[in-house]
Amino acid sequence: MSESAVLTTPPAAMEDQAAPATRVRGYWQSVGYRLRHDKVTCFFAFMVLLIILSAVFAPLLSPFDPYKESVIGRLKPFGWRNHILGTDELGRDMLSRILHGGRVSLLMGIVPVLIASCVGGMLGVVAGFMGGRVNTGIMRTMDVFYAFPSVLLAVAISGAMGGGMVNGMLALTLVFIPPMCRVAETATTQVRSLDFIEAARATGAGTFIIIRHHVLGNVLGPVFIYASSLVSVSILLASGLSFLGLGVRPPTADWGLMLSTLRQSIYVVPFVCALPGVAIFITSICFNLVSDGLRQAMDVRM
Amino acid sequence: MNKTEPLAEVRDLKVRFVGREDTVHAVNGVSFAVHPGEVLCILGESGSGKSVTLRSLMRLLPDRARIEGDVRVGGQDVLKMSNRSLRDLRGGSVSMIFQEPMTALDPVYTVGEQIGETVRRHTGCDKAKARARALELLNLVRIPSAERRLDAYPHELSGGLRQRAMIAMALSCDPKLLLADEPTTALDATVQIQVLILLRKLQAEMGMGMIFVTHDLGVAAEIADNVAVMYAGRIVEYGPVERMMKAPLHPYTQGLLASTVHDQSRDQDIDAIPGSPPDMRRPPPGCGFAPRCVKARDVCRTAVPAERYPEPGRMAACVAVEVPEMAAA
Repeated sequence: MSESAVLTTPPAAMEDQAAPATRVRGYWQSVGYRLRHDKVTCFFAFMVLLIILSAVFAPLLSPFDPYKESVIGRLKPFGWRNHILGTDELGRDMLSRILHGGRVSLLMGIVPVLIASCVGGMLGVVAGFMGGRVNTGIMRTMDVFYAFPSVLLAVAISGAMGGGMVNGMLALTLVFIPPMCRVAETATTQVRSLDFIEAARATGAGTFIIIRHHVLGNVLGPVFIYASSLVSVSILLASGLSFLGLGVRPPTADWGLMLSTLRQSIYVVPFVCALPGVAIFITSICFNLVSDGLRQAMDVRM
Repeated sequence: MNKTEPLAEVRDLKVRFVGREDTVHAVNGVSFAVHPGEVLCILGESGSGKSVTLRSLMRLLPDRARIEGDVRVGGQDVLKMSNRSLRDLRGGSVSMIFQEPMTALDPVYTVGEQIGETVRRHTGCDKAKARARALELLNLVRIPSAERRLDAYPHELSGGLRQRAMIAMALSCDPKLLLADEPTTALDATVQIQVLILLRKLQAEMGMGMIFVTHDLGVAAEIADNVAVMYAGRIVEYGPVERMMKAPLHPYTQGLLASTVHDQSRDQDIDAIPGSPPDMRRPPPGCGFAPRCVKARDVCRTAVPAERYPEPGRMAACVAVEVPEMAAA
């Protein structure tokens, strides 16, 4: 057996030859950089901002009272006596109603998703981190909800609880919790098996700190991206509920409800009747494309 | 052999992983001791139980692991510790370096944040102090332009730098015992030697005890004072590194050394050890290496060979090892 066999001799110079640090950019900085250079996302983000602002400042922007009815001015086309977008079947100004309707739609689009991400995300993280029986318990319960198509589930829940905006939001929240929970669970399970969780444990971190710091930090990204894509779904579902008479009650201005009541007049003033639908379409597509852009900007880790 | 109190002492450690269908006997009675300033290398192939042994020192094993035996670190019984004191131990007096620098750092926090977090957890100091300490540590592990690297995310660093950051994190609270789980395996050869030399240097400067797990004989030769060769969940040979590399006692160690590439001619085949390691779900009743051993006798297959001490400071668990009369006592 030759003795020098396995002994490697150290190279004379062992000191660092690593390349000097180039520009160091934080994660969020690089996300911001990518977003700024994504023109499509920038444009649609601007649109989303416009939609939100116009909803917030609807009372200031509306040329007429959205609830002021007029017997002679019913179902008038675009531009009739200063009603830029015409009037509806009760003679109310369409532009004002679309602006006001945006408030309800955005609220119904964002609030349920927010609540569902918190609740579903938390359940998912717990399920994913604890594993075993806890995971089975939570995830099988979620699977029960999955058995129903989401639209049907939303209709069934708000149908059972009665109409109204709060019940509609509750129904939508319940619909969004299972998919949110699943996303969080998947992300957590992936993160849980990575070395840095064990490394954190090896530096003395307790379970709570590990979840709060290392799991949440890594799960928040996917959850946020998924949530942003759910907003447009939520807007659509909310409009659907109102259309079916299960969401907000008339005379509240709401896109889904307006679509529903105007549908009988489609042959009289087709363009006016299509307006709420167009509003829903534009809003949901804007949210969707922004969410796509966010996903692309945030997903490139490593 | 060493007069000082051992830093870590493991006696008859047994670890089983209990599953629904079968039980894996990962470690089957391992004993060793590490003294301050000593580097013990645990050498073994995949599945020999070396990483599990290392993790038992911090009780860093999944719940389905059943640990038996006696594990003492700094005089405290690790297996009987409360969760609270265990958290103080981990990262405090004992810390660990992992194999994969890619995944052992959290991708969403900067290096400085991660080191600072550990510092703050154990010392309770404020953010600014923790940051200063992190910078000091990055300089200690010789990361160039450390100030800027402090705010770098792990994915912005090379493998070698990342492993240095990992070492910095492990050293953050001046541990007395450093556990290293194949810290150089994922690095390429030139970086590997740099990290090894750095580790050795830091270990000597700080007077730490170190347990270094590897499957690489060259790495073991480079860093170890003593080597424990593990096979099938047992230590089959133990001794000072030079003497073991020169004259291995156990047939397994002999086989390992024979299977390395050295000055032989190009057309000569490397002697490989025939066969494969035993299935640890059903460990053989006798010597774990007997099925592959050229010197195996009948007794090897029926009973686990007793430890023999042919020279002071050396041990081999093999019936083929001759013990001189003097040393036997």
